[in-house]
Amino acid sequence: MQPNKAPILEMRGISKTFPGVRALAGVDLTVYPGEVHALMGENGAGKSTLMKILSGAYTADPGGEIRVEGRPVTIDGPLSAKQLGVAVIYQELALAPNLSVAENIYLGREAKAGGQVDRKAMKEGCRSVLDRLGAGFGPSTLVQDLSIAERQLVEIARAIHANARILVMDEPTTALSSRETDRLFDLIRQLRREGLAIIYISHRMAEVYELSDRCSVLRDGSYVGTLARSDLSAEALVKMMVGRDLSKFYKKDHDAHGSRGPVILKVDGVGDGGRVKPCSFELHQGEVLGIAGLVGSGRTELARLIYGAEVRASGTITLMGKPIDPRTPQDAINAGLVYLTEDRKGQGLFLDMSVADNINLGVIGRDARLFGILDRGKARERAAEGIRSLSIRVAGPQVEVGSLSGGNQQKVLLSRLLETRPKVLILDEPTRGVDIGAKSEIYRIIDDLAKSGVGVIVISSELPEVVGIADRVLVMREGHIAGEVGGASGTPATQETIIAYATGAATAPRAAHP
Amino acid sequence: MADQTTTATGTGGADRAAAARKMRIQTIIRTVGMLPVLIILAIAFEAMTGRFMSGQNLSIVAQQAAINIVLAAGMTMVILTGGIDLSVGSILAAAAMGAVIGSLIPEAGMLGIPFALAIGLLFGLVNGALIAFVKLPPFIVTLGALTAVRGVARLLGNDTTVFNSNLPFAFIGNGTLFGVPWLVVIAFATILVSWFILRRTVLGVHIYAVGGNPDAARLSGIKVWAVLLFVYGFSGLMAGLGGVMSAARLYAANGLQLGQSYELDAIAAVILGGTSFVGGIGSIWGTLIGALIIAVLTNGLILTGVSDIWQYIIKGLVIIGAVALDRYRTKGSART
Repeated sequence: MQPNKAPILEMRGISKTFPGVRALAGVDLTVYPGEVHALMGENGAGKSTLMKILSGAYTADPGGEIRVEGRPVTIDGPLSAKQLGVAVIYQELALAPNLSVAENIYLGREAKAGGQVDRKAMKEGCRSVLDRLGAGFGPSTLVQDLSIAERQLVEIARAIHANARILVMDEPTTALSSRETDRLFDLIRQLRREGLAIIYISHRMAEVYELSDRCSVLRDGSYVGTLARSDLSAEALVKMMVGRDLSKFYKKDHDAHGSRGPVILKVDGVGDGGRVKPCSFELHQGEVLGIAGLVGSGRTELARLIYGAEVRASGTITLMGKPIDPRTPQDAINAGLVYLTEDRKGQGLFLDMSVADNINLGVIGRDARLFGILDRGKARERAAEGIRSLSIRVAGPQVEVGSLSGGNQQKVLLSRLLETRPKVLILDEPTRGVDIGAKSEIYRIIDDLAKSGVGVIVISSELPEVVGIADRVLVMREGHIAGEVGGASGTPATQETIIAYATGAATAPRAAHP
Repeated sequence: MADQTTTATGTGGADRAAAARKMRIQTIIRTVGMLPVLIILAIAFEAMTGRFMSGQNLSIVAQQAAINIVLAAGMTMVILTGGIDLSVGSILAAAAMGAVIGSLIPEAGMLGIPFALAIGLLFGLVNGALIAFVKLPPFIVTLGALTAVRGVARLLGNDTTVFNSNLPFAFIGNGTLFGVPWLVVIAFATILVSWFILRRTVLGVHIYAVGGNPDAARLSGIKVWAVLLFVYGFSGLMAGLGGVMSAARLYAANGLQLGQSYELDAIAAVILGGTSFVGGIGSIWGTLIGALIIAVLTNGLILTGVSDIWQYIIKGLVIIGAVALDRYRTKGSART
């Protein structure tokens, strides 16, 4: 903490409401110059929303106050944020790969001479910044020839060149190797010495311990508190991040000891030869198996390998005692294994097509008459049945799916999968972007499926959800299964034990609680 | 509240009924599409010339539209998958050459028809294979085919015009069936077959699905490659049929000139018909109307005595203007 200095940034009572969702409720954040201020919270806690307000991407609801160096300011767009000295280094780097380093650093503020872009002046102008940051490349290098770490450096250089005084870094180490991470940390410490305020968003406890001077925690859009460096501990942080108890919300009527039933799916050493290390696990009939882990830990990639959506480099898959070799999603579906994508709109639904078509898409081939002629009566029945059994709220089966709410869209997609009568369902973030009512309905559907003997795998970033509905949870970290909690593992499935495995605070298969 | 809102309950019911009503109106607008433009054009040309609506002239318009309708039917399927087929004009020329050369076989001149269809199908399947398996962009593949197949067409006749004054299937180009020109019968049959494929078969649903969301199509187990192979094969086959029609009308074929820029008229018909250029949205009926608009414009401008040069300019502007109007009408949902 820097008690002798005045804060450079004060955010007071910041709220943000989206249609139907209150993303932030009266959040406070105080940042001093020359400090690294970590911002923590689960996915969906409101960290990104808060930073988007700071960077001008969103406008806060009226009532809150933002002060920069003690002066009240209005941030009504990216430009005003920039003028106040706020710069954000995003997870997806925002550079033009086809342009040179200098052109990227000057992007939008090109140096001009006589109406023409003055490339020479631009090169000279950013050389000093690059030197200061210890860059191993020159201003004329094309960004596409740089590594991710070097590109990040260009982004930082751009921010510093634009006289940024508040630097927001959103999970900057996700794509970096450990050596690159060390170099980034050195750079961050250097910037701290130079008096910049750095807001550092990360899920990794180790980084937060190593770097931060103070750490603020958000939960469900509310400010929980701020810890000084001396008070930082995994226990304290996890408690602050997890907080409330939601066990009553989750429905678990199926036999929670289903893990003792027969194995329905056996995954042995499945990997893609790169990001996903060989993974092995078993799924039992009537079991709900959770897969937790941070975003980017390889959960979705593993699921897509099992589903045949990506090319498997190693491993075998056994479904109901028979080895299967899904090379395309179609193979998996025919074998009785289906996958619900996390990207509902991008990879799941056909938004321009009707609810009925979307529900029937997986089975129209099976239903069809000779020569692939549609059985329209059957399709109507299936659509009506799907709408009824999953209580999809829609005016009629011919309505375009794109016009439905997130929850109803998700139920349409689920209905399509269920029509194929799968033996194993892999649900990737089944409640993402879904309102609370639809959430509990989806939990009921999952519970009913397990009761009927289907094996269900639920991939989720929401810890209360995984703990609430799964009988057993696998935790993934950096492409491998880092641990198992719940069931017969000997470790209780709690948010604390999951976070411990996911962040690397616990590593051994039977590590103690944090 | 309407009876089809059976699942709508509680306070949201009224909203949903309104939304459903709005959707029905949108669907109607989308289906009717450019029909008003077609009717207005026809009335205007009749008012200006007094001869446009005569039975004889309408028959001429229909015959002029016929080949473009056949090409546009194939093009509709291709564009519905989010692709494009620039090679149909060249394929038509090669197929017409095949048709006339085949018709010269003594005693078996009717073989010219299967020759032409096979040529069209073959080139279409080659396009489809390159797009589906080698995963090349449709624009590039069919642009290459546009040039290469044109060369093949010239090669087939040693770069000369081939004639057959005794063409055994000349009735296709010049005869009638119950008073309706064969060209028109074939064009309409093509539309019906296309409608059936698109609306009544699994394949049709898959065509819309691949165009609407290729990633989702793959993930939901659709054989995307089979769909692509089909649509380009079908488009080639239609170009082959167009070649037969063209040869039958002219008793001759020329590899260099026949079918030049026909692909552009076919694309214009599809777009005028309201089919989205990015795929997933559109109908074959729209394409029919689009092709008729182009034929009516061409014919009407000739009847009114507009010079050849101005015909080009007016046709181009009408195409742009009609699509702009369409976008304005269906604002929010249109993705042309």
